[in-house]
Amino acid sequence: MSQIETVASAEAQADSRWRFLLSELKPKGKIFTPFNIVSVPIIILGLIIIFIRFWKGLGAVTNLSQTVPWGLWIGFDVVTGVAFAGGAYVLTFMVYVLNLKKYEPIVRVTVLNGFLAYLFYAGALLLDLGRPWNVINPIIGNSFGTSSVLFLVAWHFMLYMLATLIEFSPAVAEWLGMERARRILKGMTIGAVIFGITLSTLHQSGLGALYLMAVDKIHPLWYTEFIPILFFVSSIFAGLSMVIFEGSITYRVFSEKVSDKDHKHHDKLIFGMAKVCAGAMFAYLFLKLLILVHEQQWALLSTGFGAWYLLEIVGFVILPMILFISSIKQHNLVLSKIAAVLTLVGIILNRLNITVIGFHWDAAVRYVPTWMEIVVTLAIIFIEIWVFRWVILRMPVLSKLSKYRKPLTHQINEAE
Amino acid sequence: MSINRRNFLKTLGVTGTSIIGARSLSASPSVSTVEMKAVLIDTTRCMGCQSCEYACAEANDLPEPEDYPEVDVNRATTTEQLTVVNGYDTSEGEIYVKKQCFHCNQPACDAACLTKAMHKTDDGPVIWREEKCMGCRYCMVSCPFEVPKFEYDSPVPSIRKCTMCYDRQQEGEIPACVENCPNEAIAFGTRRELLTEARRRISESPDQYYNYIYGEKEAGGTGVLYLASVPFEEVGFDTTVQKESYPEKTKGFLYSVPSIFVLWPMMLLGLYKSTNDKESEDTGDQA
Repeated sequence: MSQIETVASAEAQADSRWRFLLSELKPKGKIFTPFNIVSVPIIILGLIIIFIRFWKGLGAVTNLSQTVPWGLWIGFDVVTGVAFAGGAYVLTFMVYVLNLKKYEPIVRVTVLNGFLAYLFYAGALLLDLGRPWNVINPIIGNSFGTSSVLFLVAWHFMLYMLATLIEFSPAVAEWLGMERARRILKGMTIGAVIFGITLSTLHQSGLGALYLMAVDKIHPLWYTEFIPILFFVSSIFAGLSMVIFEGSITYRVFSEKVSDKDHKHHDKLIFGMAKVCAGAMFAYLFLKLLILVHEQQWALLSTGFGAWYLLEIVGFVILPMILFISSIKQHNLVLSKIAAVLTLVGIILNRLNITVIGFHWDAAVRYVPTWMEIVVTLAIIFIEIWVFRWVILRMPVLSKLSKYRKPLTHQINEAE
Repeated sequence: MSINRRNFLKTLGVTGTSIIGARSLSASPSVSTVEMKAVLIDTTRCMGCQSCEYACAEANDLPEPEDYPEVDVNRATTTEQLTVVNGYDTSEGEIYVKKQCFHCNQPACDAACLTKAMHKTDDGPVIWREEKCMGCRYCMVSCPFEVPKFEYDSPVPSIRKCTMCYDRQQEGEIPACVENCPNEAIAFGTRRELLTEARRRISESPDQYYNYIYGEKEAGGTGVLYLASVPFEEVGFDTTVQKESYPEKTKGFLYSVPSIFVLWPMMLLGLYKSTNDKESEDTGDQA
């Protein structure tokens, strides 16, 4: 190929890529679906509330107080949301480090979910910051509060987003038909995976460590020096339960994107993940029991909070663990899915019990989130699902690219 | 491809090390030769006249207090009242107690702050620096005395708390409340001097004082010390506050960070090498 031709074809490629990008921005599929009808008003309302929040201050839309400075946005969006996103590091560990190739079909969608969860739920942190314009201070180095657990968590959030983006990037490169970029990015995967698992270990536990100094404020049944380890272990089964739960929905909603073979294969994977969940839950329960015995808190179990504690442990850890085990034994897929949902409820309970419900449990006036805090939380979840859907419908996430579309440039470059 | 990976891991190692390097592990303030300044509040001398409250409002450009101490009404400090006096009905009659930031020796708020906006100065006062704070309120979550207050109704909120009149101290003056106390209930000096003074008062008038200095040990020692004629729980003090400093609570976790940062990648890489022994070359290219 002569030089002129190369330049010309490069220009043509660039041009076609732009046209391709523009065409991809257009909506695909029906507009008036039940999901859209529900989510759009909530997103609009949420955006209005966010506007009021920045205009009038946090007090205008939240019930936060001088004694309860962190509420639903931190306790649910960030602390619970990040635990749910733990599936990405667990699955990349299984697929890339342990070389369990059978989980490969779901690794992309899980990493995508993880990346978006961090982007949106950790992004929700910005709404909660009183002075968000100073958020760069701990990043650019003019103010490193290195003895702060939050400093570690903030850095790890950012670096982990980068790691998951690298892990997911080959899919973007395939979508854009950039073969050389794809090869380079693919080569970075294992590095990003190892980095990502390390970061996840530290910030999943770090989220729990945030509350270590609040020793006088959190109910003694939930406060323990081992919060970081409990958070880490529970993020394993929280993350995988989310993969089971989300996977069941994704594979149904985007059914046409998935081949019959992959559908059957997916069922097998659920049982595999159910085993990991049950194992991690057993370890978690054992730790919980050790802590309960060690701190000699039996007497507290007969109080109202004790009953609440037992409900969390028996109803949403022990029960789903048993369901996971019996689903594997009976080869019953539905049981696994029920167990996954119960596990997720249990994680929400646990995280909220530490961050909101058990925080100042003895206060005369309790914190209850406003409807506006809840709407903003829902709006963030819906926006995330919108972005997720946009990506799923365009990029090779659930299936290989060739199954439904090949961009022009991809055909030119593809030599293999 | 394998070269890419190796290079990437190399960069990763460098980044990782720099991250660990940036993380100083001490949760306590830097060692300094300057003696920490402190305040001694002798509640046996306090008459509840609120002079300190008015002086504080004036020194900090805040509105004058509109309420007054009433027995068994717990007034909390607010964003506009950095110090308050509360009255208590005790076995020794009515006792008034001034409340404000304790200026801990190793403050939880300082350790919690990821931008060093909350800062324990070498001179003793714990101050808040506007240009650094991102308003995350982690200091409020961590402070055992719930001192930092956040302006929830402002789009440009500040954290407000007593600064022991740090600015006045810089100009050689003493805190406004100390200067304006008509009964010398509040004393200002180095922490060491004030502890000696407190012990002297207790030993000279053992009938007048309950033999305890609140703040000597609490939360690892605080920069505001209290004397009282009755046990401190009778006058609204939290006597269950732990004696170790609060940053100690997160020390274990923070110390484990570099170990995990070094050990995890090595172990994961080892695992990866062993499980991907032969296949790595041919499976590497599949999506």
